[in-house]
Amino acid sequence: MAAAKRHRTMITNESRPDLPAFVRLQFEPVRGAWALLSPEKVMWPDDVSHDILKRCNGKMTVAEIISSLAVEYDAPEAIIGDDVCGFLQTWADRRLVIA
Amino acid sequence: MTAPGPPIGMLAELTHRCPLQCPYCSNPAKLLKANAELKTADWVRVFNEAADLGILQVHLSGGEPTLRGDLEEVVSALSSRGVYSNLITAGVNMKPERITALKNAGLDHVQLSVQGATPEITEKIGNMKGAHENKLATARAVRAAKLPLTLNAPIHRHNIHQVEDFIELALDLDADRLEIANVQYYGWALINRTQLMPAWDDVMQQVDIVEEARERLRGVLLIDFVTPDYYAEFPKPCMGGWAQDAFMITPDGSAMPCHAAHTIPHLTFDNVKDKSLADIWDSSPAFDAYRGTDWMQEPCRSCERRDADFGGCRCQALAIAGDAAATDPACSLSPLHDTMLKIAGQTQSAGEMVDDFTFRRIGVQQADRIAD
Ligand code: SF4
Ligand code: SF4
Repeated sequence: MAAAKRHRTMITNESRPDLPAFVRLQFEPVRGAWALLSPEKVMWPDDVSHDILKRCNGKMTVAEIISSLAVEYDAPEAIIGDDVCGFLQTWADRRLVIA
Repeated sequence: MTAPGPPIGMLAELTHRCPLQCPYCSNPAKLLKANAELKTADWVRVFNEAADLGILQVHLSGGEPTLRGDLEEVVSALSSRGVYSNLITAGVNMKPERITALKNAGLDHVQLSVQGATPEITEKIGNMKGAHENKLATARAVRAAKLPLTLNAPIHRHNIHQVEDFIELALDLDADRLEIANVQYYGWALINRTQLMPAWDDVMQQVDIVEEARERLRGVLLIDFVTPDYYAEFPKPCMGGWAQDAFMITPDGSAMPCHAAHTIPHLTFDNVKDKSLADIWDSSPAFDAYRGTDWMQEPCRSCERRDADFGGCRCQALAIAGDAAATDPACSLSPLHDTMLKIAGQTQSAGEMVDDFTFRRIGVQQADRIAD
């Protein structure tokens, strides 16, 4: 019996990215840093990555994430938009972000 | 050399007992019996110490960890502290209810070993009838419990032709990740090296298959590829570097920097029954022995890659070069690299003649070291 076929998640402005249940963004008190826990790997997201990842809550669209980051970083949406989409696509391809 | 910072991960070998008998098992040749194993309370204490130390991920391994009836208790000790738990199982002895119980205890991820892509190879390698069907049932139960699943396929001459089939199997079982992991030759694999060594052409073909599949399955299936040391240009940073960010604990509580560290005769290991994990991490002489880069000889000492691969595997250096502080002969810059390639070629052709493994069993081998 073949399982339901999987597809690559393509990130668009309308996607609502989320972290899968088996990926955890967690503050690690010994180092005083945010860690992302995933199967086999622990990652240490930098401030910008953390700001994107913490908005991946399955509710906000990519467009909303971009405008909220634009406000926080006081930067034009047009400039950060591509970076955010590229980041999320890379993470989706590693199956660490779902949408 | 003191600790570089807190450790990130720990491998806990809960038991050496296992229903399978894989001839490449990473357990030592001299296997521990059940009565030598740490008690539940010991593991719970150790896992709390691990969380205090800043460890974020614990791999529960064996042998077969599900043979421990207290696995649920051990998993909840981890999840109550926010430590990510990964169960490494052969999956031949588990009922779906057990998987649900482990999930409820807070288990985060399951890594299931697959010896072959077909029943015939799985049974031949694990030396157990019906193992393949049991594994498929376990994989399906894991996904039904909504746990993420990695398939781990150790690769050698008897299944290197099945790499494409392993990829299909992973897709079929709805796995998130697949590890195509070429066998590393220490422990039982060193004993069975002649029977296991793949041929150069097959290794090269395997690389093409994996690269093509990674491209085609981007975002669908993650494929991790552990390349074969004997045919490598540069070595792997074993365990991410000796006592750099991870270590392991044996079923009776010895803390070792890597699986095969016990093969290095002059090292002595601290035990979690006598010392706290923090003490061991900071000052165990075995951890200090090859930590960082101070211990290195040439060509590693002045090599620009030394902080990336830490000179490769100490145990392989000992096994091939006779000196644990030598450059890993897997490295093309090692004076012994040609010898390693020659060993690969010779054992590979000798392997055409032999087909019987020394199966991994308690009491089969009493020596930890074998002569080359
Ligand atoms: S490698 Fe095989 S024999 Fe060794 S622990 Fe894993 S399943 Fe058991
Ligand atoms: S010489 Fe040593 S440090 Fe340099 S690549 Fe080889 S193993 Fe790594």
